Amino acid sequence: MLRDSIRDFAENEIAPVALELDEKEEFSIELTRKMAEMGLFGIIVPEKYGGSGMDYLSYIIAVEEIARIDGSQGATVAAGNSLGIGPLYYYGNEKQKEEWLPRLCRGEILASFGLTEADAGSDAGASKTTARLEDGEWVVDGSKIFITNSSSKLSGICTVQAITGQRSDGKKEMSCILVPNGTPGFEAKKMTDKMMWRASDTGELFFEDCRVPEENLLGKRGEGFKQMLETLDNGRLAIAAMGLGGAQGAYEIALKYAREREQFGRAISTFQANGFKLADMATEIEAARTLLYKACSLKDAGKPFSKQAAMSKLFCSEVMGRVVDSAVQIMGGYGLMKEYKVERFFRDYKILTIGEGTSEIQRLVISRHIGCFDV
Amino acid sequence: MKIIVLLKRVPDTEAKILINQDGNGIREDGVKFIINTYDEYGIEEGLRLKEKVGGDSKVTAVCAGPEESTEVIRTALAMGVDDAVHICDPALAKPSPFTIAEVLAKAISEEGFDIIFCGKQGIDDDMAQTQSILAEKLDIPQVNNATVFELADDLSKAVLNRRIEGGDEKVEASLPVIISCEKGLNDPRYASLPGIMKAKKKEIRVKNLADLGFNEAPSSGRSRVLKWLPMPKGGECKMVEAEETVDAVKELARLLREEAKVV
Ligand SMILES: Cc1cc2nc3c(=O)[nH]c(=O)nc-3n(C[C@H](O)[C@H](O)[C@H](O)COP(=O)(O)OP(=O)(O)OC[C@H]3O[C@@H](n4cnc5c(N)ncnc54)[C@H](O)[C@@H]3O)c2cc1C
Ligand SMILES: Cc1cc2nc3c(=O)[nH]c(=O)nc-3n(C[C@H](O)[C@H](O)[C@H](O)COP(=O)(O)OP(=O)(O)OC[C@H]3O[C@@H](n4cnc5c(N)ncnc54)[C@H](O)[C@@H]3O)c2cc1C
Repeated sequence: MLRDSIRDFAENEIAPVALELDEKEEFSIELTRKMAEMGLFGIIVPEKYGGSGMDYLSYIIAVEEIARIDGSQGATVAAGNSLGIGPLYYYGNEKQKEEWLPRLCRGEILASFGLTEADAGSDAGASKTTARLEDGEWVVDGSKIFITNSSSKLSGICTVQAITGQRSDGKKEMSCILVPNGTPGFEAKKMTDKMMWRASDTGELFFEDCRVPEENLLGKRGEGFKQMLETLDNGRLAIAAMGLGGAQGAYEIALKYAREREQFGRAISTFQANGFKLADMATEIEAARTLLYKACSLKDAGKPFSKQAAMSKLFCSEVMGRVVDSAVQIMGGYGLMKEYKVERFFRDYKILTIGEGTSEIQRLVISRHIGCFDV
Repeated sequence: MKIIVLLKRVPDTEAKILINQDGNGIREDGVKFIINTYDEYGIEEGLRLKEKVGGDSKVTAVCAGPEESTEVIRTALAMGVDDAVHICDPALAKPSPFTIAEVLAKAISEEGFDIIFCGKQGIDDDMAQTQSILAEKLDIPQVNNATVFELADDLSKAVLNRRIEGGDEKVEASLPVIISCEKGLNDPRYASLPGIMKAKKKEIRVKNLADLGFNEAPSSGRSRVLKWLPMPKGGECKMVEAEETVDAVKELARLLREEAKVV
């Protein structure tokens, strides 16, 4: 029922506007509100904070179904939940949860997660943004880049990773500080001219002598790095769901086209060159789904899932890459035209092997898990 | 106000329909089932009415159908319907509209009602009879093919538009009334995620024929389905070919006049 309902919603509400929003590079507040009405923000958050209280697999299926139609809206939902709501829900104290979660779940505002900096991408530990405690306030200085859901009219708060001191072992002490949009000294600038996720909001953030109350610390001081790693583990499942959903969407379009398109007097799906491509697409999608759902079931059962999360993210995003390539190929010249939709999937796929840990970083994580470094 | 919405489990509009081996139904393997599309308008109108009237208004879904109907009932509950009655009995396999109307009438009377919404027809059998027979059994007025529905402020009567050939007819009906819904009446809401969670806790009262006081399935009336036949295959297709389009059109006109004798 969950899948059917979201599929109906995505086909009726998102599909008709996806092409235009992509072309205009427009983040739609109206559509985001509709997605919020569907309950797409706060899917795993308990009802008492305004969420739906569903398990992680349900959340992943929701993202998959949105991404089957449009990557940009999938990004708004995936980042809104995993990166926006996630840290507040998992690490916030009761007061913070009560203050922020209901509004986030209703979709009145979106939260963002500010980790990446110009000089700190894969190497997140290299970040330079600082927060020092002064007269009962955190004073944040620095900048963040590529932050999803951070710079639209709906953006309400950002969880900012900052250096809050030095640990006894000499390493940086990292903490997460909640900085509401609109706080003096916090400027969010929309980033434009993206190749993909054009209808999703990406911002560059600047903090200059930006002061927030001491109580805006998220969780414990010094746990920022751990919180970040856990948030990315969770987020990877959602990025994987975007790969899976996008692959499914492109595959369905290509299959339908190949069955209808005739060349040399027959449907092009009957040429082995195309039929085998479609068979491979279907097989890889099924394998990707099985892997991702397994990772979710591990998480839902409270078992370690970090290795499977990295594998899912790596595999699903790369499967989508192969699937969109074949989809465009099968559709020939028409596959290259916007009107035939797979062109957008072809572009949208590329972020998935980069955001929330590149494919290389996933392979690094997996190789650590399987013991390559324990020598 | 006590609002009843009827719902039926039917094959998805996009499902490929094949007749079963016995020729008395369709093959159900691999077919997806949904809430009858027209019933969704009824559900939506029922929910809107409840939201408008407020107070202790309640929307109850009534569904007669096989065990598997639970899924479409849950979907209605997820849309916001308060509770449901599921009439389920092996003796009701492939029932006629007459039989169904009889059991529905009994179940609905037990629930009590001020207004009943249903679809203008089932998109599976396309009989469009149940609501009329039901109105007769309950001895209440019926308005078919509603495209606009409003309730008078004193809740005493309904004012409706019903779609007829070429336009709408405005009618008034006293309550209680049964209204069959036409496309255009409203935009049915989606089952939201919080709605899906809430639906899990809502009650579905399952009743068999004995629970409703029947010893056996009520009579199927005077008509009987003899056999199901597949869609007749389309006739032979003749391609008209010519060098010039003008000549092709001339040839087509000739064929239509002389061979097909339709112009
Ligand atoms: C649209 C979009 C939305 C985003 N949203 C967010 C967000 O909401 N929040 C947030 O914090 N960030 C966000 N990001 C940032 C994203 O997480 C980073 O872009 C990503 O982590 C990669 O960092 P980088 O771009 O600096 O690339 P780099 O780290 O510079 O990597 C460049 C290349 O070098 C490779 N590489 C780097 N280190 C190694 C290594 N040790 N071994 C092997 N190869 C290596 C990488 O795999 C990559 O191929 C977003 C990015 C985009 C494009
Ligand atoms: C930007 C652009 C510029 C172009 N410029 C020109 C131009 O200047 N002049 C011009 O005449 N055309 C031009 N074309 C058209 C181009 O040559 C065709 O798009 C191309 O020949 C493929 O034809 P199609 O798009 O109809 O794909 P289709 O023929 O429909 O092929 C679809 C898919 O089926 C496969 N397929 C088809 N038949 C078989 C088979 N028998 N066995 C196995 N696989 C098969 C194809 O390989 C392909 O993957 C242009 C196209 C584009 C996009």
